[in-house]
Amino acid sequence: MAGQATSQDQAAARRRWLLLAPALTILVFAASGPLLITLVYSFLAPGAFGGVEWEFSTDAWFNVILQRDIFEDTLGWSDAHLSIFWRSVKLSLMTTLVCLILGFPTAYFIATRPKSQRELWMLLIIIPFWTNLLIRTFAILELIRNEGTVNSVLIGLGVIDEPIQMLFTEFAIIIGMVYVYLPLMVLPIYASMERLNFSLVEAGYDLYATRFQVLRRVILPLVKPGVIAGSILVFVPSLGAYVTPRVMGGGNQLMIGNLIELQFGQGRNWPLGAALSITLLAIVMVALILYVRAAGDEDVRHG
Amino acid sequence: MPCGVGGQPLKIAISARNLRKVYPGQPPVQALAGVDIDIQDNEFFTLLGPSGCGKTTLLRLIAGFENPTSGSLEMFGDSILDAPPHKRPINTVFQSYALFPHMTVAQNIGFGLEMLGKPKAEIAATVDEMMALVKMTEMADRQTSQISGGQQQRVALARALAPKPKVLLLDEPLSALDFKLRKDMQLELKRLQSETGITFIFVTHDQEEALTMSDRIAVMEAGSIRQIGGPRDIYDHPAERFVADFIGDTNFLPAEIDGRDGTTARVKLSSGQKTTARMQEDTTPSGKVTLAVRPEHARLVGEAEGLLQGALREIVYFGTDTHFHVDIDDGTSFVLRQQNSPDTEARLSQGDRVGIIFGDGVAQVLRD
Amino acid sequence: MAKRGFDIRRQTGFTTIAMACFFMLYMPIILLVVYSFNSGSSIAIWEGFSWRWYVSAWENEQVQEATVRSLIIAVWAAGISTTVAVLAALATTRTRKFKGQSVVFAMINQPLMVPEIVTAVALLIFFAMIKVATGYTGLLYLIMAHSAFCIPFAYLPIRARLQGMDLSLEQAAADLYATPYQVFRRITLPQLWPGILAGAMLAFVISLDDVVITEFVKSAGQDTLPTYMLGQLRRVVTPEINAISTVLLAISVTLVIAFTILSKRKT
Repeated sequence: MAGQATSQDQAAARRRWLLLAPALTILVFAASGPLLITLVYSFLAPGAFGGVEWEFSTDAWFNVILQRDIFEDTLGWSDAHLSIFWRSVKLSLMTTLVCLILGFPTAYFIATRPKSQRELWMLLIIIPFWTNLLIRTFAILELIRNEGTVNSVLIGLGVIDEPIQMLFTEFAIIIGMVYVYLPLMVLPIYASMERLNFSLVEAGYDLYATRFQVLRRVILPLVKPGVIAGSILVFVPSLGAYVTPRVMGGGNQLMIGNLIELQFGQGRNWPLGAALSITLLAIVMVALILYVRAAGDEDVRHG
Repeated sequence: MPCGVGGQPLKIAISARNLRKVYPGQPPVQALAGVDIDIQDNEFFTLLGPSGCGKTTLLRLIAGFENPTSGSLEMFGDSILDAPPHKRPINTVFQSYALFPHMTVAQNIGFGLEMLGKPKAEIAATVDEMMALVKMTEMADRQTSQISGGQQQRVALARALAPKPKVLLLDEPLSALDFKLRKDMQLELKRLQSETGITFIFVTHDQEEALTMSDRIAVMEAGSIRQIGGPRDIYDHPAERFVADFIGDTNFLPAEIDGRDGTTARVKLSSGQKTTARMQEDTTPSGKVTLAVRPEHARLVGEAEGLLQGALREIVYFGTDTHFHVDIDDGTSFVLRQQNSPDTEARLSQGDRVGIIFGDGVAQVLRD
Repeated sequence: MAKRGFDIRRQTGFTTIAMACFFMLYMPIILLVVYSFNSGSSIAIWEGFSWRWYVSAWENEQVQEATVRSLIIAVWAAGISTTVAVLAALATTRTRKFKGQSVVFAMINQPLMVPEIVTAVALLIFFAMIKVATGYTGLLYLIMAHSAFCIPFAYLPIRARLQGMDLSLEQAAADLYATPYQVFRRITLPQLWPGILAGAMLAFVISLDDVVITEFVKSAGQDTLPTYMLGQLRRVVTPEINAISTVLLAISVTLVIAFTILSKRKT
């Protein structure tokens, strides 16, 4: 009798793994497995024409942040890599900040619309999110290039004589990334804002708080999980961005993603590319883990 | 031996022995702690208890949605433990109704027959019959989302009855209805049960529902059955404190056993007065015991005539009746309920000394 | 005129910023669409309405090939990822916690968490090994890669739909003598259908839009529309790119709106 439930559990488990098998097979072949091989590659020596030599080497990992001076044979910081890392982090943080400054009021605006209108406003946020990233980057490119709309209009109005060089600058990359990742900030903030009970805001005013105090002392603490989620959701893809810096930065302003690509193209240093990829992945994972921790703590406090 | 209508010996429809269900987890949850039960054919049987008492688990084990951890479960003498739900001639009316939202009323009702592979003509005929039975004929082609809660309830009932099951399980089917509709459906269910002759096993936490509809009631608590009996048995002669407390209002009196004769016990009350009380056959209490007396089974009298004496603390008027709260001299309190009529005027007032009496055999000795 | 009362929902400047946001989100796209109809070859100076860039894109053999390739890959990837996602969702939804659950979820969601460039590089390395070993350089690599990163997008709406489904419906069907297969066919599948359709559409859009992974995985001469466009951006840009973009946009927007409607539907 006691065996009854157990044998049924076993049958259920077998059925579950059978159903999961096709999905997991594809994922192992085209997602998880290749990642492991990348990790292996990062410990190999580069081949002369791309690819690898199958011998163990930690050079790639050294080269992530260090470089050997050819003439003096001394070890020093790899300024080129470090400046690219620094630019990636800096631009990602600035993108996140700008998205927050723009996204928070937008989410608030949508959450304070009548219920029947909110879905429509959200759809307006979601549609750009699901449209081609390349096309959106391209749309911004057309706007700010030297012969683009902004410069044409300004020259036409006589404000400037010469077009302002905006493209191929860090500014252009930030504009591009803000443009493509802004919906990722609005979505989670809106999600927590929508659940906000506005009688709390009323209570705030009732207790003599000003508009700003209500915002800072009542609304912000309550939607903090959404703000954190939005910031992570913008920061993580910004850090790994490839298309936007390539198009908007024009090969002058590299970010980590472009540096990685370089190793598989002109650089022909696959192990270094692999090591850089794993590094990027590690940074992203740390950010995600911090986020999960923060979100988990919030749950505990509210639960 | 219990006998059915017309003197035929009764058949047992559902029989469970030492049925246990433990949900794994930290810590494991014991939903059923060894239940023994015999439900007779053609009876309206109710499982009554507070939420979490295991009544729904027992129902789901009978339906086959879950498997017991141990124990046996038989239907008309054959074990049904190895049969999946779709092979058991048992149908369920779900608490949420569980009507298929992508089918019409008629398609819902015909679903079971269709699954059994019945010919189309027979399905159509039975569906018509069932819709007439629950008075839903005009609604046949409606979507289930277009009908009211009461109507959904009727469709759920018709759908479960259509395959003519041997046993019908009803999981708190009336809980979502408003008060008046619930009253109507109680009578309706009772009528359907006697018309179809199907065994109904009805789960509820509503004592009044259980008392009005059932042939027999099993009162459950913490995964086990505390008492099984007819509605009068359960109400007038609760076997233990939980049953007495859960069903209706009860006064608990300390007393001492002074001797017994079958199911009658002589008891001495705290006032020193003696009376007789009923007790369960299977119990042998002695020494100090607790008696249960329903508020409407006792009367107020002059102080000298009472079995118990005390002071009237509060008089609460309820329209149909009046409640008298008495502080008894032994320190406990006692509530009496007396029916009102316009010609009785309030003679008593707060603080008056009063006596309380109840007839021989009215008090019930509770199992420890 | 009476002064408006105190609006507790108002925050100074928020509405202005929100409006600026919506303007900023749509203005570039609208300009992009408008200039796709420019009769001149500039993407900034309007010279009059014309279909000429649509015609020239239509007649461009490279665009034709890339379009067909994009569609083939997207159809296969959406089909494969949706099918396996349905099975996976059935296995992982409405069950108690099971051994290996967190690993399974991590694997399914991996394409959402790992930066695209990292996945792209990993696939480049792995598929390069297989290409050398087998000599095969066909479209299967792209289809496999796209199927994998489409799985979470197909899985999430299907899983959401399954979770929202009343378990008692299936129990009611089993109670009414439906065999497990009949329960799936007659109750689960019809209920799940909008979720499956939504998942497939999302997967299709995601596959159609992918640039990074395709760019790294494709063999020579295997451009899809987005990688073709990325290549063109290095040259002098004509409104032909705008025309192609507009068509792709139209497809995405239609599918996303259909997806929104589908996932809202109750039955």
